[in-house]
Amino acid sequence: MTKLTSIRTIAALAFAGSIALGGAVTADENAELVINGELALVTKTAAPDHLKDSLDEIYSGWVYRETDTQAMQMDDFDNPGMVFVDLGMDAWNKVEGTENKSCASCHNDPAESMKGVRATYPKWNEAAGELRTVEGQVNHCRTKNMGAEPYKYVSGDMANMVAMIAVQSRGMPVNVAIDGPVKAAWEQGKEIYYTRTGVLDLSCASCHEQNYGNYIRADHLSQGQINGFPAYRLKDARLHQVQDRFWGCIRDVRGEPYDRGSPEFTALELYVASRGNGLSVEGASVRN
Amino acid sequence: MKLALITAAAFVTAGAAFAGEIAPKDVVMTEGAVEASLTGVAGNAAEGGKVMANRAQGNCVACHEVSSLKAAFQGNVGPSLDGAGSRWSEAQLRGMLVNPKMTFEGTVMPAFYKVDGYTRPGDGYTGKAATEITPVLTAQQIEDVVAFLAALKE
Ligand code: HEC
Ligand code: HEC
Ligand code: HEC
Repeated sequence: MTKLTSIRTIAALAFAGSIALGGAVTADENAELVINGELALVTKTAAPDHLKDSLDEIYSGWVYRETDTQAMQMDDFDNPGMVFVDLGMDAWNKVEGTENKSCASCHNDPAESMKGVRATYPKWNEAAGELRTVEGQVNHCRTKNMGAEPYKYVSGDMANMVAMIAVQSRGMPVNVAIDGPVKAAWEQGKEIYYTRTGVLDLSCASCHEQNYGNYIRADHLSQGQINGFPAYRLKDARLHQVQDRFWGCIRDVRGEPYDRGSPEFTALELYVASRGNGLSVEGASVRN
Repeated sequence: MKLALITAAAFVTAGAAFAGEIAPKDVVMTEGAVEASLTGVAGNAAEGGKVMANRAQGNCVACHEVSSLKAAFQGNVGPSLDGAGSRWSEAQLRGMLVNPKMTFEGTVMPAFYKVDGYTRPGDGYTGKAATEITPVLTAQQIEDVVAFLAALKE
């Protein structure tokens, strides 16, 4: 285990270095994403019906990355994000809190119990009458079912756990519900997506719908999909959760982002997830 | 006493003839163009080029290619600016920098000399709410960029 970890770390450093030197290898937009030579993922497909007026096709962010970054995600030994999946698995089995339970006490093998979770969240929780992200559900279980402290919404512990949960759905199509009780939140998320924000006055759509495929400085713009989350970023060598990414994009337009874990960002997460309905869950993905 | 000194120093380094400067809200725009210089001080094209390449200032090369600027990784969200000085008058270029939406409806190009009408404006790149909105560029920086663009002839 430790040996594997260090090999992965070295690989990550080497790649980060080549990018910093500007050794840009242009992205191959026709490349196919096959993990470990066996699991083929859908990185481009027809846009879901609700998006048909704006986009014909939807693309995973993986499509826009450079060849060497793409390659790292194709083999779990090269994917630096997988170390954190291992850490999430350790946390899954760890007994914590006043109830003396671990996640495994109730959910057993995550390969069974967590399969499909990443693909369908954010999701309506009927009993609580609220829309929940995976993070929100993890903290619900920690506080209500284990008597443990919640994780900080954006934190290493939380990222490890959601990465481990995401891997159990890898290859499944994103399929969040947008009707029924989540309809109002979905509409709110859509409103936020198209609202020009910050002193640079740009909406998510300004970059990710109108300009995907173009370059903004050195950055090759993707559609800003979240099927790959959490995403390991070579830039700072750590996993990024969905709402942390949203936060960064709004900061970068000189705006005031919503809080991570807020109802507004959860609504936006639902809406953005629904723009990717049909793409494969990739987490943990590799991005720059 | 100390405060007053610091404020005075700040104005001096900004290099603005402050008394004659037109504030963002007082800029007169006609069909997207701004005739009057914002400062009355002639723009310095070389300084303008620096503003355009600087990530924290104009960062125009994030979206535009400019062959004569030595900035790495120029983007292509907007058109190349080569020859802009032959396509537009100085007044039109100044207006485009103040608020390009008055020239190009709905454009993604940001306004560089505007302090109102924003949703959730932040305090620079901190992610915190803005307490006071300062335009992205100063009046003299706008004049410098106009000088740079005007000299980009076909
Ligand atoms: C005492 C039993 C118990 C423990 C311990 C527990 N959970 Fe849960 N968990 C539940 C129950 C019951 C549900 C479904 C009902 C609900 O919504 O709360 C659930 C639901 C979930 C779901 C949503 C599954 C789905 O299909 O939508 C996730 C994700 C989850 N738990 C993660 C965790 C994690 C991670 C831990 C450890 C940090 C954990 N749980 C610990 C009882 C538990
Ligand atoms: C000024 C342009 C810009 C705006 C506006 C913007 N982003 Fe981004 N975003 C980027 C860049 C650049 C990247 C990194 C390259 C890429 O994947 O597009 C990125 C990446 C992302 C990613 C990661 C995609 C992946 O596959 O790794 C997500 C998700 C995202 N943005 C969502 C959003 C959302 C939601 C908004 C609106 C709140 C937003 N962005 C606004 C520029 C922008
Ligand atoms: C977020 C991207 C973006 C940034 C940053 C940006 N622009 Fe633009 N600019 C555009 C787009 C897009 C257009 C095309 C107009 C439209 O939207 O139809 C444009 C148009 C222009 C034009 C007219 C093009 C021509 O020559 O016909 C000029 C001049 C211009 N920009 C100058 C600048 C300058 C100078 C800066 C920096 C101070 C800047 N832009 C920053 C996106 C941008």
